[in-house]
Amino acid sequence: MEAEAATLMGKYIGAGLASIAMGGASIGIGHVVGSYLSGALRNPAAAKEQTAMLFLGIAFAEAMGIFGFLIAMLLMFAV
Amino acid sequence: MAANEPSEGLNIDPMHQFTIEPLFGSPDVSLLTVTNSTLWMAIVILGIAALTILGTRGRALVPSRVQSMAELLYGFVRSMVTDVLGDAGLKFFPYIFTLFVFILFSNLFGLIPGAFTVTSHIAITGVLALGVFFTVIVIGFMKHGIGFLKLFWVGEAPLLLRPVLAVIEVISFFVRPVSHSIRLGGNMMAGHAVLKVFAAFVPALSILGILPLALMVAITGLEVLVACVQAYIFAILTCIYLNDALHPGH
Repeated sequence: MEAEAATLMGKYIGAGLASIAMGGASIGIGHVVGSYLSGALRNPAAAKEQTAMLFLGIAFAEAMGIFGFLIAMLLMFAV
Repeated sequence: MAANEPSEGLNIDPMHQFTIEPLFGSPDVSLLTVTNSTLWMAIVILGIAALTILGTRGRALVPSRVQSMAELLYGFVRSMVTDVLGDAGLKFFPYIFTLFVFILFSNLFGLIPGAFTVTSHIAITGVLALGVFFTVIVIGFMKHGIGFLKLFWVGEAPLLLRPVLAVIEVISFFVRPVSHSIRLGGNMMAGHAVLKVFAAFVPALSILGILPLALMVAITGLEVLVACVQAYIFAILTCIYLNDALHPGH
């Protein structure tokens, strides 16, 4: 197959593979929020002050998924 | 662009919104060209100045709404700095406040329809992150001299493991500006790319186009949250990295 079509195929397959990263990110976020919820249901009084930590944890877990999405976008549209 | 199907199908181009274009004159971008990025950075600065300077001009003891917003912003960043760095860290408060407010306003103003998100470019976030990185190195060596390298020598580990850990610590230290900048830039770019892709679905589905439109409203709400959280994360990571400079070692 010519180089043009091979590059295109490589880009699309690469983008598809890169988006697998978002699965791990969603599991990570679910884990963080699940731990927060189980802790908050045992000790509701202490849950309020940990909401900042909750959002921090969610953002860090989300960042990894975003890195994967970024690679997919770059492969699809900017390569 | 390869993603544009020639005959039918959707013409989805989520990356065009991130191109830097000069505002007037020739289409080449050189060092001093005024671009859309320049324009939106100026709008961000004007917005920040309007909130902090004009909002607090009354100096009322019982603050008005706008003054209260500026005071909440100030108090929030101040408590964050003192929590992580202690009172000695208040020397860095202007730097961290500038970073936080600039990133927060850039992220939020980018959500205005038709706006350009300044922080979606690695050029911008990379410079911010490298600024933090070099500040940490310079402050660390100024305060502790060669003792700053104690940061990499983990005292609590067994003696044989310490060289291995030192190599790992050095690598993770140098990866910091990379992750710091890409986290912010990637989040902003990904959010806006997603919005653009869903926007391409709206006219394509004619009457059912109300569904991607409703989803876009929900995602914009999420993006507002992400904008605020990413600004907070950039600032608090800056505080944590500066803490390494002020008190190296584990």
